[in-house]
Amino acid sequence: MELREELKYAKSHEWVKEEGEECIIGLTDYAQSELGELVFVNLPEVGDEVTAGEVFGDVESVKAVSDIYSPVTGVVSEINEELLDEPGSINEQPYEAWFIKVKEVTAKEELLSMEEYEAFVESEKNQ
Amino acid sequence: MELKTPLYDAHVKAGGKIVPFAGYLLPVQYGTGVIKEHMAVRTQAGLFDVSHMGEVLCEGKDALANLQKMLTNDFTNMVDGQARYSPMCNENGGTVDDLIVYKKSDNHYFIVVNAANKDKDYQWMLAHQFGEVTFTDVSDQYAQIALQGPKAMEILKKLTTEEKIPKKYYHAVFDSEAAGIPCIISKTGYTGEDGVELYLASEDAQKMWDALLEAGKEEGLIPCGLGARDTLRMEAAMPLYGHEMDDEVTPLETGLGFAVKMAKEDFIGKDAIESKKPNNRKRIGLKVTGRGIIREHQDVYADGKLIGHTTSGTHCPYLGYPIAMALVDAEHAEVGMKVEADVRGRRVEAEIVALPFYKRSK
Repeated sequence: MELREELKYAKSHEWVKEEGEECIIGLTDYAQSELGELVFVNLPEVGDEVTAGEVFGDVESVKAVSDIYSPVTGVVSEINEELLDEPGSINEQPYEAWFIKVKEVTAKEELLSMEEYEAFVESEKNQ
Repeated sequence: MELKTPLYDAHVKAGGKIVPFAGYLLPVQYGTGVIKEHMAVRTQAGLFDVSHMGEVLCEGKDALANLQKMLTNDFTNMVDGQARYSPMCNENGGTVDDLIVYKKSDNHYFIVVNAANKDKDYQWMLAHQFGEVTFTDVSDQYAQIALQGPKAMEILKKLTTEEKIPKKYYHAVFDSEAAGIPCIISKTGYTGEDGVELYLASEDAQKMWDALLEAGKEEGLIPCGLGARDTLRMEAAMPLYGHEMDDEVTPLETGLGFAVKMAKEDFIGKDAIESKKPNNRKRIGLKVTGRGIIREHQDVYADGKLIGHTTSGTHCPYLGYPIAMALVDAEHAEVGMKVEADVRGRRVEAEIVALPFYKRSK
């Protein structure tokens, strides 16, 4: 499972990159491998509000729809339109395939460091 | 507590993602994934463990009469080894199950039923039987393996001789063998491709599975799971019990008129089906023209009015776009009409298209 040192991770398997005032959000490598080949993505619109711990969009494989949760509360400043045409890039490059950028961040979920997330995933797998 | 098919260990060893289905533990996909498995069947060949299906013997002087009464299709004039597909209806014309009947010989029939309805069907047959006939549930004795795809027959021919293979679609050779293993070879399938389904003793399943995979290596044969089985049958617009039909949907509403012989003197459900004509509901095919994947149990609208609901739907790996099947009011069921489906609160546009979505080239 691939991980990135500079990112923070949510227990719902999203990653967060803090870039100045904004947070960039995507899905972890572990998440994409569990979901399988993705064929569709549903994203919010620029200007929409997102809330920490709540669903902001979803991804679809052939068989199933999976919700994605926002690790932060704020306002969507940008969405990755490329994902709409190439959902497979989430599988190929999960840490490059960002979903949304969020500004005016007022709250965050409990975020894990790379090591903490790795341990968390291992304990989930062993259940 | 779910049951394992005779091939469970093989699936785990091959990296199968095991899920519960119809009371059994089966692979929904292997490491290859649903899309690659689906494409393998459309372009080369795929191997499926379908041992969870049920098999029932129908034997005796009145076997044919019982089939005629319990099922909607006509089973007269069958040659040995021939198969016929049929719905089995209740007194209200709704569908108890859809199944395939093989004629082994006069007074000896072999019926294959859906895994999910195995016990229900068997009890139904026992409850409705009459005269000199015996129904025997032999499901536990049989494993079933499906070999499907344009290269399927090529692969099979490496393991058996020409005369052991049925010549025509919907025919079987009963005392057949492949890889030195006795089996029934049936030219049938649930994928829309060429191929066969093999019925064999449970204890021989592993050996047959390995022999087929070995023989099919150069053709690119791979094992495929339930996920691909579902997307393949949907692309070919083949109905699935519990989706396109159930005990409240008549086979005519599902579009199975070819298997409902109203000219037969009598069969369970005949009067009800007759009284429901002309059908005010119809199964249609939808091609998604908007953004989204339409799936089952979603409401369908035409001009803002609720006209029915979807029964199945997915993104089609071969066609490259999402499709769905739906049961809607007959007057809104014309090919070319535009409709909308409610996909988790959002309306997605689709167009009614003719079925099947995919048909293999001869």
